[in-house]
Amino acid sequence: MNFFTRKKSASSAKERLQLVLVHDRTDLTPAQLESLKDDLIKAISNYIEIDPDAVQIGLEREGREQRLVADIPLRSVSRHRAG
Amino acid sequence: MTAQVITVTSGKGGVGKTTAVANLANALAMDGKKVVCIDGDIGLRNLDVVMGLENRIVYDIVDVIEGRCKLKQAMIRDKHYPDMYLIPAAQTRDKNAVSPSDMIRICNDLRADSDFVIIDSPAGIERGFRNSIAAADRVLVVTNPEVSAVRDADRVVGILEAEEKGSPRLIINRLNPALVRNNDMLSAEDVLDLLGIQLIGVVPEDESVIIGSNRGAPVVTDGKSRAGLAFRNIAKRLQGIEVPFLDLDQQSGLWGAIQRLTGRK
Repeated sequence: MNFFTRKKSASSAKERLQLVLVHDRTDLTPAQLESLKDDLIKAISNYIEIDPDAVQIGLEREGREQRLVADIPLRSVSRHRAG
Repeated sequence: MTAQVITVTSGKGGVGKTTAVANLANALAMDGKKVVCIDGDIGLRNLDVVMGLENRIVYDIVDVIEGRCKLKQAMIRDKHYPDMYLIPAAQTRDKNAVSPSDMIRICNDLRADSDFVIIDSPAGIERGFRNSIAAADRVLVVTNPEVSAVRDADRVVGILEAEEKGSPRLIINRLNPALVRNNDMLSAEDVLDLLGIQLIGVVPEDESVIIGSNRGAPVVTDGKSRAGLAFRNIAKRLQGIEVPFLDLDQQSGLWGAIQRLTGRK
């Protein structure tokens, strides 16, 4: 390893490009993604109880494929059943 | 004979499209292939000077389309390779003088009598670009290992996919191995990972490219140039010949020897 562990510019170029390309390809701005998240929370909440603050949504890429990945933790429903 | 029509494009300007076209055409001609180059940049003609043919132009592509001359009359024969031709762009300001169907028709006329038709696309994603890809059997995207060039290349790849032109192959031009080693330039692997398309060649940064353009004698004709070798290899791959990728990491001189001795590459 290098003695001087300053982060080199190539890694920041790659990280920045990864983000920019995902948004370019989907034509979706971070603000639109945020509003999609709000709509999603509303829709899902009609059926099942979720924790809105814990919902995470993001775009991922694999080669030239884009994927919308959402992590939506559910509130425990076992108590309702037991009652 | 039925020619393969290859379009070279990039999105961003100044990444080396015209240089790539001139070099690939020369390399193919050196391999005995019959090659016709078309300058697709209407209004900003350039391929002629890079190929050293600027003094021979009588007719251009718009003259062909508008019926002022026959296709053969607009084909300028190269000075060194009698089987290599250039169809120059017009210097007219009317970018609408050429349509995608004009390009398809011209390329179809050329197919029967050549091995390769190489189209030099203008930068951007507008009319000239659309014209240039209309007839392509295969598209090569040129980029530099640099944020703006990679971003624009990605846009172009997206459009080509949407147009069902198939997945293009990538030429990474002007890679500086010393900067990559120092982690101050995106590596070929980084660029490939970002763009998600297949590589056809990596061309190292090389002063002799500019010297070749100055003389109107593309760098492939210089046996000692690394960039020239990279272009000759790409030309082989276009002919379906498998050629291993250049090891751009090999260092020469004392510093390279020390690094090899200490096992630090």
